Amino acid sequence: MKSLTPLILGLFFGVVLVKTEVASWFRIQKMFRFEEAYMFLVMASAIAVGALSLILIRKLGLKGVDGAAVAVKEKPFQKGTIIGGAIFGMGWAMTGACPGPIYAQMGSGEYMALFTFLGACGGAYLYAFLRPRLPH
Amino acid sequence: MEWLLQPWPWYVSGPLIGLTLPALLLLSGKTFGISSSFRHLGSICSPNSRLEYLRENDWRGESWNLVFVAGILLGAGAGTQLLSSARFPLLPEHYHSLDGAARLLVGGLLIGFGTRYADGCTSGHSITGISNLKWPSLVATISFFVGGLIVTYLADAGYLGTLP
Repeated sequence: MKSLTPLILGLFFGVVLVKTEVASWFRIQKMFRFEEAYMFLVMASAIAVGALSLILIRKLGLKGVDGAAVAVKEKPFQKGTIIGGAIFGMGWAMTGACPGPIYAQMGSGEYMALFTFLGACGGAYLYAFLRPRLPH
Repeated sequence: MEWLLQPWPWYVSGPLIGLTLPALLLLSGKTFGISSSFRHLGSICSPNSRLEYLRENDWRGESWNLVFVAGILLGAGAGTQLLSSARFPLLPEHYHSLDGAARLLVGGLLIGFGTRYADGCTSGHSITGISNLKWPSLVATISFFVGGLIVTYLADAGYLGTLP
């Protein structure tokens, strides 16, 4: 059951990504051209619900199903937050997909997304290779 | 039933995406994020790598992340096959070419490199980090947009070549 939960949540997330067309290149283009508000509204409402849930979890002192205290992983600021972030943004606009949608595009049968996926794995490897020399 | 088969409006999809964060936290005790999967796949493909970033990565302890993205693959397949009345294109027609493949490969490379350097993507920074009121994640998200706007501007100005 423990390993089944992420699978079910992934399934749920995959359906949502496709059904909202967040995984569509066209939606991303319209976002970066400010041609429609759709993506901004999706992001804003997702963050609103996420933030509200975190506040509720903390206010009510909710624990995970395994009884452990809920802790969100911290990501400290470093130079890569800006440089890496901007590099990712360039790839996002080029491919019309961020990491979740890359998997969603492949899953829904868009075979060209395999190139995006292979590129992304190569990019992670390139980061691993250059990491000692990059400013952090 | 018909509404289910149409593309969902933002006020349905946005909150559902947001709910993924508390669901993962409460049910699995995990922090929502997707781009680390590229690192885990790298670690699996090159065990005992001389690259510290891949070697010193407890991908077994983080294997839930790979299970989660496997779920996305299956969910997207199910959503497309069973829950859509009309198929909409995820990529434009002109991307189905050698030129398109090269663009996707290079773009993918920037995604993998950038998200690992920034330690997160739209899910880990924009949704999780901002929901958690962490300013570095807001900076990351603004940077994502700056990068995207630069490429969009360059493409529109014709600097990135014309697609057939």
